[in-house]
Amino acid sequence: MAKLKPLTELRKEHFHFSRFPTTYCPGCGIGNVLQAVTRAIDETGRPPESFTFAVGIGCYGNIGNYLDFDELRLSHGRVPAMATGLKLARPDLNVIAMMGDGDATAIGGNHLIHAARRNIDITAIILNNHTYGMTGGQYSPATRLGDYATTAPYGMLEPAFDICKLAEGAGATFVARTTTFRMVQTIDIVRRAIEHPGFALVEIDSQCPVIYGRMNRWGDAVSMLKKQNALTVTLEKAKTMTPEELKGKIVVGIFKQAVEPEFTGEYYKVINRVRRPQDAS
Amino acid sequence: MQAKQWEVRLSGTGGQGLVTAGIILAEGAGIYDGKEVVQTQVYGPQSRGGASRSEVIISDEPVMYPEVTESDVLLAMSQEAADAYIHEQRAEGIVLVDSTFVKVVPETRAKVYAIPLTKIAREVARTEIVASIVALGALATLTGIVSQDGLEQAVLARAPKGTEEANRAALHAGFAAGHEVREQ
Amino acid sequence: MRAKPRARLMLGNEACAEGAIAAGVRFFAGYPITPATETAEVMARRLPEVGGVYIQMEDELGSLSAVVGASAGGVKAMTATSSPGFSLMQEFISSAIIGEYPLVVANVMRLGPGIGNIVASQMDVMQARWGAHGGLPMIAFCPSSVRETFELTIRAVNWSERLRTPVLLMTDGVVGHMREKVVIPEPGEIELWNRPLPAVPPEEYQCFDPGPDNVPAIPPFGGKYRVHYNAAIHDFRGVTTMADPKWCEYGVRRLAAKIEAHIDELTETHSVLMDDAEIAVFAYGPVARAAEASVRQAREMGIKAGLMRTVTLWPFPEKQVREMAKQVEVIVVPEMNLGQMVLEVERCAAGQAQIESVTRVDSMLITPKQVLDRITAVAPRRQIPWPS
Repeated sequence: MAKLKPLTELRKEHFHFSRFPTTYCPGCGIGNVLQAVTRAIDETGRPPESFTFAVGIGCYGNIGNYLDFDELRLSHGRVPAMATGLKLARPDLNVIAMMGDGDATAIGGNHLIHAARRNIDITAIILNNHTYGMTGGQYSPATRLGDYATTAPYGMLEPAFDICKLAEGAGATFVARTTTFRMVQTIDIVRRAIEHPGFALVEIDSQCPVIYGRMNRWGDAVSMLKKQNALTVTLEKAKTMTPEELKGKIVVGIFKQAVEPEFTGEYYKVINRVRRPQDAS
Repeated sequence: MQAKQWEVRLSGTGGQGLVTAGIILAEGAGIYDGKEVVQTQVYGPQSRGGASRSEVIISDEPVMYPEVTESDVLLAMSQEAADAYIHEQRAEGIVLVDSTFVKVVPETRAKVYAIPLTKIAREVARTEIVASIVALGALATLTGIVSQDGLEQAVLARAPKGTEEANRAALHAGFAAGHEVREQ
Repeated sequence: MRAKPRARLMLGNEACAEGAIAAGVRFFAGYPITPATETAEVMARRLPEVGGVYIQMEDELGSLSAVVGASAGGVKAMTATSSPGFSLMQEFISSAIIGEYPLVVANVMRLGPGIGNIVASQMDVMQARWGAHGGLPMIAFCPSSVRETFELTIRAVNWSERLRTPVLLMTDGVVGHMREKVVIPEPGEIELWNRPLPAVPPEEYQCFDPGPDNVPAIPPFGGKYRVHYNAAIHDFRGVTTMADPKWCEYGVRRLAAKIEAHIDELTETHSVLMDDAEIAVFAYGPVARAAEASVRQAREMGIKAGLMRTVTLWPFPEKQVREMAKQVEVIVVPEMNLGQMVLEVERCAAGQAQIESVTRVDSMLITPKQVLDRITAVAPRRQIPWPS
């Protein structure tokens, strides 16, 4: 890993700093994620204009206001589907599909698993803060069992999705989890995900101190991050632990990395085979 | 008959190839003869057996109402079809029944021709699948709604590879059979 | 051997696909549904032949999302569906209006409500106008024939590009499943419109700067211009300004204005025997063909009947209907629904003519006799019909 460039430089290159301060709550994990993703983009060495962010709805949905990248921002949950259309139409682009946990696994769950199944070359980044922050803290499919939400005032009764297992089962060929605490690892994993030729999913466990943190008495951002880190277990370590010991833990690492036929590439092979020269344009 | 517009109903059972026959008739008259045509069919479960029908309107002028209300020409390739559709047949028109299956022709004021279309198909092409092509050949001779040349081109353009000769034989047998019954 | 004929016998849905390809559409995402599926099947086979992409998505929401993605990538894109799928697509039709993505949705209408049946109806013509949340003006064309399906698909693509807005092709199970002749023009014989591109250098560029005609010039992704497509209320830069009532009002009114400015160009109606008509039939789609037959039969009976057929459902041809209402005493409006566009006719006639709604909801095409029966029933007393 190269030496990290100063934040001031990163802001100048990839952000509309004039639009700061952001609308995000103090201590929100979205800033950490954006820093990691933009640093990872830098590390790929690919030109910034070759990247497009597909974005849905959620607190993170406003990142386009601050990011100096091309952006496609639409309705809730459809990010994997619109990213699929964009990538197929424009295989030359690097498509980053940004999603929240509710966005990706509730309303967009069907699109997510099918994008994974197709193994289309999209980098899906799921910012998992375990809640619907923008609408004020309702429970999501990633809310931990027993935790509180405005719509789970007596505690969450539904088990949470294991997003990485979901992606792996659906056919994603690169699957990883990391946390906002582990910035260096996050940058590295996101870079690998971008460079991976196929559907890559990175779940970033993130803190929502003002809404989720308060409701569940996790304290401020710093104490949330400390608690997040205390719960974190590396994949290597996890292999030595029993399922009982792993309950409630955040296992981080690269769960899957395999090269398999990529959908866009396969489709363009068909085009090259059946294309009629007189129609070429 | 001098009707400027012909409403043709091809009816029988699913699997007799009537939808394809309708398309071929429309292509023969419309594409090769240059007439105005509309082809419609009943979709759905009927296409897997049971009653089946396909309709073609052939006209010298653009066709206004696209569906057949009363037919000028009715092809009935099953008893059920003959029973069901003969009452929506104009008196001035003609009815062609496949006498292989239609044993009792319901009462009609229209001119009725009976030809064993399926039996002929078996004889000339060793397959019943081209019975509707025999029918088209006979209809061409009996009505002139499509030229023999135009119809033949349309049949051959649609015939799956390797079946061209069977289709051509069926068509020519149909031309001849139509000629024969008209002379009677 | 004769020369290879240029005319082809085509299914309505096939003509939609071929029209789209002729219009430059190179991306199609869809989900199977009767009676629209043939368009997808033709696209799946044909698009790779012309260097385009077909994809079958996981549902209709995903289909229109993928179409938006491709459109944002700079590629002309469309989908086709039928009524239940059209309901599912309303979300993204609305998003495409504010995000200003050019795209076409072909809706081959079938009978509702619910699963209803799979044959035909004209039951979604009001949904076309009012179905997407926001209620902004829509553009919707409605073909009466297979040839017109081909032509109107091209027109739909062209207008979607020119005004950067979703355009609807409201066809139905009758026209979609009918075969007629279509002459496919040579490339170059068709006038194609493309979305406007920026005229200013990247450093001065603001992606939602509406320009003089209220249509922003948005280039495809991946170039020197930064593009922020945004389906939230935004400023000229594409930055979300949803908390600012001024930008809300401006955004909504501009999106309406860019379509309303072209009403005269967009609305196309055809009149048959209208010059001296005292009874008019107002119809669209295949019902207009029944109506024309009925009007001609009424003329043979001595009734001064005429037809106004509209090709454009939305924007509604207000001026034309207003003029017609001044001229005739009765307007008969036959439709394959419970009476939808008749409400618009009533609104525009504003009491100047008697309005008669003829409806049919058994999924079958209205017959000339149905329309004729109403014409003869309401014929002004001095026009005594002949005994039929």
